[in-house]
Amino acid sequence: MSRAPLPYNPKILELFRNPKNLGKMEDATVTAVAGNPSCGDMIIFYLKISDEDVIEKASFESYGCAANIATSSVVTEMIKGMKLEDAWKISWKSVVEAVGGLPSVKFHCGILAVGALRRAIRAYCKNKGVSPTWLSKEQTFEEKQALEEEELAEILSRRMKVEEEK
Amino acid sequence: MFENVKELLKAHKGLKREVYLDIENSSMVPKEVVDAMLPYFNQRAYGNPTLTHKPGWEAFETIMESSQKIAAFLGCKTLEEVNFTPGETEANNLVLMGTALSMKDKGKKIVISGIEPLNVLHVADLLNKNGFTVLKIPVDGEGFINLEKLKEAVDKETILVSLSAVNHEIGTIQSVKEALEIVKDRNSETIFHVEASDAYGKIPFNVQDLNVDLATISSYKILGPRGIGALYVKEGVSVERILEGQIGTQKLWPGVENTPLIVGFAKASELAFQDFEENVTHMRRLRDKLIDGIIGKTSDVKLNGPEGNKRASDNVNISFLRCEGEALTIELSLNGVYVSSGSACTRRLLQPSHVLVAIGRKFVEAHGSILMKVTRCHTEEDIDYVLEVIPRAVKRIRGIVGSMEVK
Repeated sequence: MSRAPLPYNPKILELFRNPKNLGKMEDATVTAVAGNPSCGDMIIFYLKISDEDVIEKASFESYGCAANIATSSVVTEMIKGMKLEDAWKISWKSVVEAVGGLPSVKFHCGILAVGALRRAIRAYCKNKGVSPTWLSKEQTFEEKQALEEEELAEILSRRMKVEEEK
Repeated sequence: MFENVKELLKAHKGLKREVYLDIENSSMVPKEVVDAMLPYFNQRAYGNPTLTHKPGWEAFETIMESSQKIAAFLGCKTLEEVNFTPGETEANNLVLMGTALSMKDKGKKIVISGIEPLNVLHVADLLNKNGFTVLKIPVDGEGFINLEKLKEAVDKETILVSLSAVNHEIGTIQSVKEALEIVKDRNSETIFHVEASDAYGKIPFNVQDLNVDLATISSYKILGPRGIGALYVKEGVSVERILEGQIGTQKLWPGVENTPLIVGFAKASELAFQDFEENVTHMRRLRDKLIDGIIGKTSDVKLNGPEGNKRASDNVNISFLRCEGEALTIELSLNGVYVSSGSACTRRLLQPSHVLVAIGRKFVEAHGSILMKVTRCHTEEDIDYVLEVIPRAVKRIRGIVGSMEVK
């Protein structure tokens, strides 16, 4: 168990202090959650998508660290007005770039944000009963990573329960 | 990356007050202590205490005087029982590895608790991988070790039992005397070590009254300089060195003695003990003011560790539900309140504080935990300020969580 210095950059600090697009969206077309509070890391994305598959509005809520809040905020900014197909192509690396870089121990925050976005898009397509060619059948890296983190949290809390019962 | 720090620091400009409560992880050194140390860098006693010249003899005299003072505060029989090390991490490593070496022919079992600091836990894990057997005694919901389990764990093979007199995170005051009696009753040859870094200067603690074999103390935890600690070794108890080199006045730690730090440690001890009762009463009053000011006034909070006299005079550890700890520490910092959290968010490993998990806290409770320690130097006004800042900070961070269910 080690700790790393976390000299967050000015952009992350600004987004942490004044997150953009924060809060529940009552008229969202689709919502998606990624992460697990047991990991200290969970986000929810709300997207309002037009009939032409354009993201009209995006917002988020976050239970997580400054990097988690900043990356979620930046993703909601990036995708506003974007066609779903283009939003789908956003990678975690471009999110890290958009927040001006992250300490490596915080890369998973960028990964989780993209994981949540892709889940939302996947859910939207499923609800609509369409499967566009750009939507990969296989889970993408970011979606898999989000799932892995959630499973790890489950395993750890199960292990804790077993120890409690002993 | 490190250039970012300049901007982060700029964001703290114009604070109306700053209150540092992260004594667990480092501490400010009061001016009296710094002033006491300064002459020892270049005016006097800068020699090596084992050499035959004036600055050397001055250093020898200074180190012995400092040992004498600390020996008196600890209740040692002789000043030789005080062994300086570069800190409590080194002292605890010395205890585990040094007794493993000195006692290896008598047995291979080591007993600790599940809530010991990492400088005990991780060394124990290392020994466990290298032919020793380490047993970890469980604790209850307030952090008290299960004495029945301790009794079962100790046998003829047990060479060392290492327990904290006061838990570093949740302030639980362990019944050391009772534990020691149980251990010695099972095996009189077992070495009994007590990690006393959070006891020394904070609760009554006397090695002779307790009759422990080894005790670790730390300088920065009583507002002395970092980089110095000490291990009490009862006369006749054998611990082997784990580092070799030129041995001088400190038989268990080679290398040139750091006289200014030793002086600072002794001075900090003097300040902690000269008005001991008063200091403890003061810390306890601030501790309770802080606890009562948060528990009564903020929703969804939980005190970690015991209450009242069962808790160290300085320790406050509170979980804020629906509030992630790292985000909260940053928000508090931007408002001039400096604390630490048991959140896992600073590491990829998802496990939060092992102490909070061991007392049965859920992960989400541990992620939202804040650890604070008050000192004799804090004032009522400091605590008033902290109590003004915390509810605002918690409210803002909970606002980001919004409608999400955090379980």
